[in-house]
Amino acid sequence: MKTAQDIFSILKEKFEDSVQELVSVLPVEHFITINPLAIDKVCLFLRDNDELLFDNLMNLSGVDDANGRTVNTEDGASKIEGATLSVYYHLESTSFRHKVALKVSAPIDNPDVASVALIWRHADWHEREAYDLIGINFLNHPDLRRILMPYDWEFGHPLRKDYKDPEYYQGMKVPY
Amino acid sequence: MSLLDKQFTNDSIVIAKVDDLLNWARLSSLWQVGFGLACCAIEMMATSASHYDFDRFGVIPRPSPRQSDVIIISGTVTLKMATRIKRLYEQMPDPKYVISMGSCSNSGGPYWEHGYHVLKGVDRVIPVDVYVPGCPPRPEALLEGLLKLQEKIRNHSSVKKSA
Repeated sequence: MKTAQDIFSILKEKFEDSVQELVSVLPVEHFITINPLAIDKVCLFLRDNDELLFDNLMNLSGVDDANGRTVNTEDGASKIEGATLSVYYHLESTSFRHKVALKVSAPIDNPDVASVALIWRHADWHEREAYDLIGINFLNHPDLRRILMPYDWEFGHPLRKDYKDPEYYQGMKVPY
Repeated sequence: MSLLDKQFTNDSIVIAKVDDLLNWARLSSLWQVGFGLACCAIEMMATSASHYDFDRFGVIPRPSPRQSDVIIISGTVTLKMATRIKRLYEQMPDPKYVISMGSCSNSGGPYWEHGYHVLKGVDRVIPVDVYVPGCPPRPEALLEGLLKLQEKIRNHSSVKKSA
């Protein structure tokens, strides 16, 4: 059984560049922030390392961090800069009974995150949900389609903070 | 007033108007589409089960819309499901009836403002005969809705145009 601090030390030693920091802000559980393009390699290591054996991805969730700043451009208009989307991974080892949470953040304009669907197969639908509702683009996902919204939905990702309802979908009025 | 209240003038002959006969036949065996959507469907199933016994009013779930007379929209209608519900309704033979069961299917219910995926009332895609309020309605309320539908059918006239 290892603590988040132990796991962070092991990861930091193995992946110096990709593993960023251990965030411990009570009462939220500890989590380790990781480079979004290296999360697949880190996860594969976490699953297969004999001291860690994280065989169970308990949950994978996408979040719109709503952390953009409004910046005034030269022509008088304003735009939002620096906003990010995040993905949280909650891992568990059924043999060692230890747990850890990981976080990756990607810029909202280009939200590329490496897929872990081939490491834990149940991540497949979790990632499709995060893609469908938040719009995170999982690289190397075997089948990245919408899972909840209709396949022909073309009005964006509904859980984004800047999402606006369409007036009509297939001739049906959407707002109340 | 049911057909058997009419007077028997002969041993085996009963005199009735055609409308009464047809309406009596229609309202006494309303076969419903075996179709449930959300938590309201649990109450609908309870209504079908032995304690409330939908069958005593002639309501039996049918596995095909082509053999059904009534569809009970029991639950939240998502935009994705709305197109399928319209298809089911179009597959039913005339005369066909719709009972909208519960707040979600009446008006969107708790999803009326922030439900990005919810159709705000099934009457935006198909015509509704009876609205049953509740969240979810108790079986008694659904039975009352069915009795209202029977009343509507009983007063139907094949000559006069209905509104």
